[in-house]
Amino acid sequence: MKVSYFPGCTLKNKAIDLDIYARKSAEVLGVTLEEIEEWQCCGGVFSTARDEIATKLASVRALKAAHEKNYPLVTVCSACHNVIKQTNHAMQNDAEFAQKVNNYMAPEDAYNGETQVYHYLELLRDVIGFDTIKGKVVNPLKGQKIAAYYGCLLLRPSSTMQMDDPENPHIMEDFISAIGAQPVIYALRNECCGGYVTMESPELAKKKSDAILENAKAAGADMIVTACPLCRYNLLKNGTDMPVLYITELLAQALGVKEDTNG
Amino acid sequence: MDKNNKYLQEEILRMSGVNPRKCMSCGKCSATCPAYDEMEYHPHQFVSMVKNGDIERLLNSQSLYRCLSCFACIDRCPRSVEPAKLVEAVRLIAIRKQGANHMTADDVPELLDEDIPQQAIVSAFRKYSK
Ligand code: SF4
Ligand code: SF4
Repeated sequence: MKVSYFPGCTLKNKAIDLDIYARKSAEVLGVTLEEIEEWQCCGGVFSTARDEIATKLASVRALKAAHEKNYPLVTVCSACHNVIKQTNHAMQNDAEFAQKVNNYMAPEDAYNGETQVYHYLELLRDVIGFDTIKGKVVNPLKGQKIAAYYGCLLLRPSSTMQMDDPENPHIMEDFISAIGAQPVIYALRNECCGGYVTMESPELAKKKSDAILENAKAAGADMIVTACPLCRYNLLKNGTDMPVLYITELLAQALGVKEDTNG
Repeated sequence: MDKNNKYLQEEILRMSGVNPRKCMSCGKCSATCPAYDEMEYHPHQFVSMVKNGDIERLLNSQSLYRCLSCFACIDRCPRSVEPAKLVEAVRLIAIRKQGANHMTADDVPELLDEDIPQQAIVSAFRKYSK
């Protein structure tokens, strides 16, 4: 099957591995990620202000492009997914906002949030199925103790994101089990790493990231896995020896489309 | 409440859709806020200060630029007050003023290292400038 794909600016540059292995792995699993033509950057953070219109148009354009093809829209970066999903939710539920957006873009061809939005993890769980993935694993990551780091953006606001239980999620642990490794549960897996404030206040990001790293280590993790380039940056910058890998790298290793088992 | 604060209060409530009167002052939002230590005014104070029309102090506070948009206070408030929406609205009013950007392109180079993802830069711009 084919789905529309929004890679986002970071995956075209610093997070190339997140992108390449998302595509390669999806192919093995029978899904082609068809990149949206001429997509524009989502802006990185969603503004909850109802009168912020212009900054949400890039997301609406991507959603609309997928709708025209009648494909779901898939993103891998947690931040892009968060922005696009919250924008879509606003298009569905805030009539005044949707009208302003549609007036601005193309009133004759109104978009009202029809596109189904999936994070890559949801594509794996809900469309492909973790059991199917298990069946395609040729190189199970046996014996590896992996701590899933959710951060904020995959889960919250939970009423909109609806990916998993925001305080006790398990989609990433189920993913880790499906590729043959052992998930490690720890308390801070859904707490913030410091996000973009790392630019202005590296101290804040250090404090947050250190706590997460220590917590994962104390729980016995050999490695942390994430879907977010900014989480990875903050954790690696502040970490000592804990490897931090993308979900798609591990998936590709397990499916035999990436060599080098230790990133 | 003077006229300007009254006007700002209405604007903030309209932009955010928040009803600060629902707040029961339990402090859970501030307890869960990862930026707590760096904020002069904490999420529950945004709620009470907006409710009381004490806006100008918020507008001038660095707390506006410390919110991480982690949505924890939105998710964990037992009364669905959603304090971060107030932080966002006040921040936008502050930076929409001409020449009031918290960060400009000239500030960026010295904040970068070679590994920083674009995502951080675009997010900071989205949050700090117009
Ligand atoms: S969204 Fe902002 S104010 Fe709310 S908990 Fe997170 S950092 Fe604190
Ligand atoms: S968590 Fe909600 S009810 Fe409690 S102080 Fe914060 S805004 Fe008020």
